[in-house]
Amino acid sequence: MEKKKIKILIAKPGLDGHDRGAKVVARGLRDAGFEVIYTGLHQTPEMIVNTAIQEDVDIIGLSILSGAHMTIFPEVLRLLKEKGATDIHLFGGGIIPDEDKEKLYQMGVGKLFDPGTKISEIVEYINNLFKEKVSE
Amino acid sequence: MTIKEYLKKFEEGDERALSKIITIIENGYEESKEILEYIGKRTGKAYRIGITGPQGSGKSTLIAKLAKRLLSKFKEIGIIACDPSSPFSFGALLGDRIRMNELFLEKGIFIRSMATRGSLNGLAYKTKEVADILDAFGKEIIIIETIGVGQVEVEISNLVDTTIVVFVPESGDGIQVLKAGLTEIGDIFVVNKSDRIGADILFYELKNLIEMSYQNSKWKPPVILTQAVNNYGIEELEKEIINHYNYLIENNLLEEKRKKAVIRELVNNFENEILKILWQSERVKKLFEKVVEEVWEKKITIEEGVKKLIKEVKYVK
Ligand code: B12
Ligand SMILES: Nc1nc2c(ncn2[C@@H]2O[C@H](COP(=O)(O)OP(=O)(O)O)[C@@H](O)[C@H]2O)c(=O)[nH]1
Ligand SMILES: [Mg+2]
Repeated sequence: MEKKKIKILIAKPGLDGHDRGAKVVARGLRDAGFEVIYTGLHQTPEMIVNTAIQEDVDIIGLSILSGAHMTIFPEVLRLLKEKGATDIHLFGGGIIPDEDKEKLYQMGVGKLFDPGTKISEIVEYINNLFKEKVSE
Repeated sequence: MTIKEYLKKFEEGDERALSKIITIIENGYEESKEILEYIGKRTGKAYRIGITGPQGSGKSTLIAKLAKRLLSKFKEIGIIACDPSSPFSFGALLGDRIRMNELFLEKGIFIRSMATRGSLNGLAYKTKEVADILDAFGKEIIIIETIGVGQVEVEISNLVDTTIVVFVPESGDGIQVLKAGLTEIGDIFVVNKSDRIGADILFYELKNLIEMSYQNSKWKPPVILTQAVNNYGIEELEKEIINHYNYLIENNLLEEKRKKAVIRELVNNFENEILKILWQSERVKKLFEKVVEEVWEKKITIEEGVKKLIKEVKYVK
């Protein structure tokens, strides 16, 4: 029997074009053995959550460098709840000030990674997440 | 949730249940058998379209535009987009959705990306089963995109009712590409990126080749010029798909084609199972080792060795 493959949606919301980080992370996670779905620029929260549900991903990772994180993260959380998909883990990275990070963590967002993060740190985070999930 | 509960939700049209059920099948979980039994009785209503052709030829873009057009006639459309798994990390970067953004908020459209996970026929392992699930869910049209095959991966044509083969001016080496297996499986041929230099030449080369190859065939595959990014030629593509559908129906070929596919699947699975059973037999394994030695020591020929093994087969339970 095949082992469960971890599926991750890397999404780039917002109107800006800063997609380098999202692409670097998507490729890095592919090389680490994950199945990664990348959907391109300008994703709205609705598009992100619809995709996550249809693809049955385990994790959504948002890349936000534009400053819109305080609206986008909560909206994605809200939609996940609305669709009964709270088992999907939401995390991300980009330019997010520490005080905002705290607020987002409080709301239930997973770890947020800063510029300069190594892919191996992200991989370790995901693997730990799954160790916990499996042993639950 | 139990499988029964998932299937109940599935029947009610719940997208998340559909999605979870696909995952179970894709991963080959224990519950697969129960699900496939349920699904198997409910397929056959959807019309299946396959799109193949070289990587980067515009398949995903074409699917997006085509699906958008088809939405005016059909409410329920399923899309399966295959992408290769890395043979090194076994991970995959599934990027077909990048070209399909305009479909993400369309009610009735369900897109599933699938990694090949080592399958070598241009499709993911469970592509057929996932198409069956979408069919049973009530999708009227199912479009399947291959990973972008080169020349030999023609399996897609066994899975669908209409096969579309996409070429682009830069698919290169003109005629050489055209001579490969892909020209034999197409029901419709598309020259995409016709905004690019060389499209006309390719178009005429392809047209000539198809006309010659299909001289004695009742269905003459059309060749269409498209520019998927500019939404050009999609109307004609839709028209030709409907033409091909009508052709299959009028000549009673749709059922025949689907039955052939069932026979193929049965033969494949039967043969695989037989081999598995044979190799599980201790007697066969033992005899095989003995035969290897005898052949190696030139006591018997390969043919004689095979005969010995065949005699053993009848003792296998
Ligand atoms: C390169 C860049 C651009 C490029 C973008 C090219 C592209 N295709 O991506 C260009 C020149 C187009 C650009 C334009 C603009 N930019 Co600019 N840009 C940058 C810059 C210098 C680097 C970003 C980058 O690519 N880094 C490399 C990648 C690999 O790193 P990363 O994205 O940070 O990703 C890492 C981590 O953050 C994390 N991560 C990121 N996403 C995710 C997701 C997940 C799931 C995970 C786990 C981790 C993760 O992991 C990654 C790997 O370590 C930053 C400054 C900075 N130092 O970050 C400004 C910056 C982001 N830009 C900025 C601005 C303002 C703009 C402009 C509006 C105008 C301007 N001043 O130039 C325009 C917007 C144009 C538009 N329509 O989008 C501001 C944003 C300010 C803010 N947030 O309030 C910044 C911060 C510069 C600044 N200090 O003012 N920009
Ligand atoms: N010039 C041109 N580019 C196109 C056309 N159709 C698609 N493309 C581009 O070709 C690239 C590959 O398209 P994609 O749909 O991903 O191809 P696939 O790999 O076959 O699925 C993308 O950058 C598209 O925007 C077209 O008609 N003309
Ligand atoms: Mg594609």
